[in-house]
Amino acid sequence: MADDPKDIILKYVTAEYLEEGADPLTHDTPLISGGIVDSFSMVSLKRFLENKYKISIPEDQATPEAFDTVNKIADLVKRFTKA
Amino acid sequence: MAYTDKTREMYQGTLQGLKEAGLFKQERLIHSPQAADIEVEFPAGSPLRKVINMCANNYLGLSSHPDVIQAAHEGLRTRGYGMSSVRFICGTQDIHKELERRTTEFLGTEDTILFPSCMDANAGVFEAVLTKDDVMISDRLVHASLIDGIRLCGAMPDTFKHSDMAHLEQKLQMHQDRRLRLVITDGVFSMDGDTAKLDEMVALCDKYDAMLLVDESHASGFIGRTGRGTHEKYGVLGKIDIITSTFGKALGGATGGCVSGRKELVEMCRQKARPYLFSNTIAPVIVAGILKVFDMLMASTERRDKLERNAAYWRKGLQDAGFVLKEGDTPIVPVMLFNAKLAQDFSRALYDEGVYAVGFFFPVVAQSQARIRTQLSAGHEIHHLDKALEAFTKVGRKFDILGKTRQEIIDRFGM
Repeated sequence: MADDPKDIILKYVTAEYLEEGADPLTHDTPLISGGIVDSFSMVSLKRFLENKYKISIPEDQATPEAFDTVNKIADLVKRFTKA
Repeated sequence: MAYTDKTREMYQGTLQGLKEAGLFKQERLIHSPQAADIEVEFPAGSPLRKVINMCANNYLGLSSHPDVIQAAHEGLRTRGYGMSSVRFICGTQDIHKELERRTTEFLGTEDTILFPSCMDANAGVFEAVLTKDDVMISDRLVHASLIDGIRLCGAMPDTFKHSDMAHLEQKLQMHQDRRLRLVITDGVFSMDGDTAKLDEMVALCDKYDAMLLVDESHASGFIGRTGRGTHEKYGVLGKIDIITSTFGKALGGATGGCVSGRKELVEMCRQKARPYLFSNTIAPVIVAGILKVFDMLMASTERRDKLERNAAYWRKGLQDAGFVLKEGDTPIVPVMLFNAKLAQDFSRALYDEGVYAVGFFFPVVAQSQARIRTQLSAGHEIHHLDKALEAFTKVGRKFDILGKTRQEIIDRFGM
């Protein structure tokens, strides 16, 4: 499903952060605690989500824990899309 | 709070953990001045051993040059040992201003401010010139001191893939709504020895209304036809908004750093950069030595030319011997071993053969990118390089990696 946020987020994160030759990411790969996405780079991920889904994620909700896997990020997007 | 047994044990446990993970750093004692030939005590308590140094940042071989030492003696005699002050109280001598003027002239910028080190320059510059309304877009392989400076600043951080101009352009487009954009890169990347594509970066910064900061610590004095730096190599002299650099490598190798660039940005550092405001001035003896270095570099390109020849000779020798190298044309030549333990064992075996070159592995470089980083100097003569090549070849043969591909080395030793 091309429109599934999980697939869109996975595609973005893979293109944006994955080094050449690294193992492919899954929806549950730890991104931040696994060292794939650093704290500086989280910012552009947040901006991507906000622009793509026309949402605003408050700073205090954009925690490393909330951004740690594609599944968690998709949950976050869902929560703010509904709100 | 007392330093209790429990607290002590906690720290001992942490340090033991570093040892067990192979991340514990130990200093090797050098009993001679910095040079191509040094006398080393390693391991601690061992008899001194004369070895060839292949891992110093002494690119121009000026760290122990007699003319620099003589100038430093003269500075000590005429301006004293220390100033016991920060710059803006009573720590600025005529020679500090003279060094700022000479650095500006050498780098081809508008103005310069000295810092105790380039680490301090990088720690202070971002906070001094940016606010929370701005964005800092850095190459993902910039030096740790830039990362620390970015962390200390309230502006938004972002990154682009190493030397990937298309990705940088995407980021510049994404951040058009910020008040200011500052793109951040090393000129020469210290672990890989490759250079930033400054001509393309300047063009992108012009197109998307961004400023450009370049850390030239591994470039000032020898990259470019007259050694001005990476901006000279790429034909963009005068177009870099902020250059940070060090006097602790090619330019005498003692201490000190600077921010050099647009005069308003330099003045912002003079007013607001905390490592400048709250740390001592550079000692007069150091300033006098650096001024002599600039005299020498303005008079002749002989030393950077020799360094360039040495680097080409060394790179070709290693290639012919069958090592896997990182591509590049700077005096930083990484010999790729991929496996951390192999890098450590290789370094130790080189030492036994009379060559001092250390291994680098995760977290200093990425996983499975372990290497011996070799660095050339104008202080090396061909006989040094021939002897070091002989040692590398002997050790390479011992570990049976000569002529082997990356994959073959990984298959044998692991990632």
